Amino acid sequence: MDMSYTPEEQAFRAEVRAFLEAELSPELAEKVRLDRDLTKADMDGWHATLNARGWLAPNWPKSFGGAEWNAVQRHIFEEEACAAHAPRVVPFGLSMLAPVLQKFGSKAQQEHWLPRILDGSDWWCQGYSEPGAGSDLASLKTKAVRDGDHYIVNGQKTWTTLGQHANMIFCLVRTDPDVKQQEGISFLLIDMDTPGVEVRPIILLDGTHEVNEVWFTDVKVPVENLVGEENKGWTYAKYLLNHERTNIAGVGFSQAGLAAVKRVARAENHNGRPLIENPHFAARLAQVEIDLRAMATTNLRIVSKAAAGGAPGVEASMLKVKGTIIRQEINDLARRAAGPYAMPFASEAVEGANDMVPDPHDAGPVAASYFNNRKLSIFGGSNEIQRGIIAKVAMGGGR
Amino acid sequence: MNFELTEERQMLQDTLRRFLREKYDTARRNEIIGSEAGMSPEIWAALAELGVIGALFTEDQGGFGGAGFDIAVVFEELGRAGVVEPLLDSALLGGRALAGAGRDALVEQVIAGAVHLAFAHGEPGGRYDLDHVQTVADGNRLTGRKAVVMNAEAADHLLVSARSGDEIGLYLVDRSAAGLSVQGYPLLAGGRAAEVTLENTPAQALGLGLDDIKDLNALAIVAQSAEALGAMETATALTQDYLMTRKQFGRPIGTFQALAHRMSDLLIEVEQARSAVINAAGYLETDDRDLFLSATKNLIGRAGRLVAEESIQMHGGIAMTQEYELAHIAKRIVMADHRFGDTDYHLERYIALCVA
Ligand SMILES: Cc1cc2nc3c(=O)[nH]c(=O)nc-3n(C[C@H](O)[C@H](O)[C@H](O)COP(=O)(O)OP(=O)(O)OC[C@H]3O[C@@H](n4cnc5c(N)ncnc54)[C@H](O)[C@@H]3O)c2cc1C
Repeated sequence: MDMSYTPEEQAFRAEVRAFLEAELSPELAEKVRLDRDLTKADMDGWHATLNARGWLAPNWPKSFGGAEWNAVQRHIFEEEACAAHAPRVVPFGLSMLAPVLQKFGSKAQQEHWLPRILDGSDWWCQGYSEPGAGSDLASLKTKAVRDGDHYIVNGQKTWTTLGQHANMIFCLVRTDPDVKQQEGISFLLIDMDTPGVEVRPIILLDGTHEVNEVWFTDVKVPVENLVGEENKGWTYAKYLLNHERTNIAGVGFSQAGLAAVKRVARAENHNGRPLIENPHFAARLAQVEIDLRAMATTNLRIVSKAAAGGAPGVEASMLKVKGTIIRQEINDLARRAAGPYAMPFASEAVEGANDMVPDPHDAGPVAASYFNNRKLSIFGGSNEIQRGIIAKVAMGGGR
Repeated sequence: MNFELTEERQMLQDTLRRFLREKYDTARRNEIIGSEAGMSPEIWAALAELGVIGALFTEDQGGFGGAGFDIAVVFEELGRAGVVEPLLDSALLGGRALAGAGRDALVEQVIAGAVHLAFAHGEPGGRYDLDHVQTVADGNRLTGRKAVVMNAEAADHLLVSARSGDEIGLYLVDRSAAGLSVQGYPLLAGGRAAEVTLENTPAQALGLGLDDIKDLNALAIVAQSAEALGAMETATALTQDYLMTRKQFGRPIGTFQALAHRMSDLLIEVEQARSAVINAAGYLETDDRDLFLSATKNLIGRAGRLVAEESIQMHGGIAMTQEYELAHIAKRIVMADHRFGDTDYHLERYIALCVA
C-alpha cells in the first residue's frame, strides 16, 4: 500500500495540466462549466486536439495508436480534465466500439475503422436499446435478413445519444428468431446515410436534444459490416458493456461538481452568513465529500485490478451504482445552493436566456442539470439491473 | 374531528378536476409553456368563471372561501394537472394583499379574472429570508431590485415590498410606472418570471407591513404544499400504472420486488404528505401556525424529492422525455422546494420554533 503519487505520476499530472492550459480555450471551458449544449464543432475540435497530442485513446493499445495509459494515469487525466472543464470525449467510437473491433473485428475492419475513429472521419452512435427492449436488451426485435452480399435491416432503435451528429451506428440486430434470444443476435455496423435510415429527435425534460429514435426500413448493409460471427453479437455486446462501465464512477465529474457547489455556497448568503457555514448544508456537503473520497479510492483499486488483467465484473456494477448516487446527490446540493435562482430556465434552447438571468452567483442551469442527470442511474444498465448483478454474484453462486 | 370535505369544497374539487382533465392535457400544456406569454388567457378566464379565484377569498373580501382548506382544495387540483398559470402569485398573494389593504374594487376585478398581479418581495441574495428587503421607499418613490418575480411581465400591478427606515411596507406599483423595468424569462417548470428593477418609481403605500407579508407567506405555503401534493398524486398514479403495464423479461416490471416495495414507499409518503397539507391548512389560523407550516413544507420537500426521483427512475428512459406527463410533473414537484423556504430552511425554522 502506498497512497502517494510517484515522481513520474506527479510529472504526468503537471504535463496534463500544462496541456489543458495551453490547448483548452476559455470559451469552451466556460460552456462546459455552465453545462451548455456543445455544438458538433466544439466536440470535433476537442477530439482533434486530443488526437494531435496522442491522448485521445487512453485505453487503446499502442499498436492501434492508443496511449495505453495505466489506471493511475487515466485517473489523473480524468481529474485534471474535469477540473479544467474540458469537454467529455464522445465515447461511442473510442471506448465502446473500438475495444470490440480490437478483440473481435477482422484485420480489414480494424485497419479501416480504427484510424477513422481517431481522426474523426466517423462519428459513431450506439444502437442497442429499442422501445420494447431496455433493461431486457436481449428481447430486441430489429431484424437483419441475409440477402446475398447484404443484410436487409428493418426495425427501430431508440435513445440513440447524439445520433443527430453520427454518420455510423453500431447495432445489435436479430439474425435468428428461432433460437434462445441471446443466441440469435448479431453485431452490425451501419452507415447512416444508407437509404431507409431515418433519425427523429427526442426532446428531453430539460429541453435538450440529446437522444433520438433511429428507424430502419429495408436498409441494405454489406455483409463485411458484420463484426465477428453471425449470432454471436450478445457476447460482443456484453464485452462492450464492461468497457462502457469502466469509467462509470464519474469521480472527476463529481469532484468538479462539488467544487462548483462550494463556490456557490460560499457566495450565497443565508441568515447573514455564507450558506457553506450553515450546519445543515455543511453537513450534507461533507457527507457527500466523504463518500466521494472513498469512491475515488474504490475506483482506483478496481481500475488498477482490471488493468492487471482481472475483468471488472461485479465491481464495475458497484462503481456504477455508488458513483451515480454521489453525482446525483451533488446535483441536488447544487440546485439547493442556488435557492430561488434555480428556477429560471437558463437553457440555450431559449435564445439569450442566460443574459436575462442575472443570477448573482452564476451557478448555471443547476436544476436543468439535476433533471438531466437522472439519466445516470437509468442508462448503461440501470442501477436496479446493477444491483441485480451484484446480488447474483454475491448470493447466486458465482460469475 | 371530521376529515371529509364540506359539500361546497367537494363540489369545487370535482368541477375543477373535471375541467382540467378535459382542457389541460399534456399536449395543450406543453403548447402553453412554449408560448410567448407562458400562460393561457382562455384558461385563466375559465378558471375565474368556475369560481376558482373566488374560492381563495373570504365572503368579506368578495369571495366565497378563503380558508386554509379552500386554498388547499384549489391548489391540490392545480398541482394534479400541472397547471402553470400563476394563480398562486397573481390571485392568491397579490389578491389577498389587496384585500388586506381594503382595495375592494381591484379585488373584485381580480376575482373576475380581469386584473393580473405580481408579488415582488424576494431580492437577490435574500434567499428565503422574509425580512431581507433592501429596496428603499423614499416617500412614495421606490428604488431597488426584486428577484425571480413570477408573472411580472403580464401583471397590471405589482405589489412591491420596500424599506422606509426600519419599517418594511408593501406598495402598489403600476406596471407602466416610470423607472420600472422588467426583464422576463421562462422557468424550468413552466410559466414566466422576471428580474424587476425600480428606480425612483412612483408607488402607493398599502398600509401593510412585514407581519402582513408573513401572513401572506403563510397562505402561499399552504398553496404551494397542496400543489406539490397534487403533483405527487399524479406522479404516483402514473408510476403505478406504468409498473403494471410495462413489461421487461416477459413480465410487468411492477412484479419485481425491487420496484414493488419502492412503489409502496411512495404511496406511504403521499399519505404523509396529504396529512401534512391538512395540518398546514387546519392550523393556519391558530397560534401554532408557523410550527405546522414549517413542518409541512419540510415534509413536502423531502417526500416530493423522493416521489419525483423514484417515479422517474422506476419509469426508465420514457420519464426523461418532454412529451411524457411525468417529466413536467416531476419538475413542478422539485421546483416547489425553491419557493417560500426549502426543506433545509424550514427544518431550521422548525427547530428554532420548538426551542423557543
Ligand atoms: C439520456 C439517455 C441516453 C441513452 N443513450 C443510449 C444510447 O446511446 N444507445 C442505446 O442503445 N441506449 C441508450 N439509452 C437507453 C438506456 O440504456 C435504457 O434507458 C436503459 O437500458 C433502461 O431501459 P428502459 O428505459 O426501457 O427502462 P426499462 O427497462 O423499461 O426499466 C424501467 C424500470 O424497471 C426497472 N427494471 C427493469 N428490469 C428490472 C428487473 N429485472 N429488476 C428490477 N428492476 C427492473 C429498471 O431499472 C427501471 O427502473 C439511453 C437512455 C437515456 C435515458
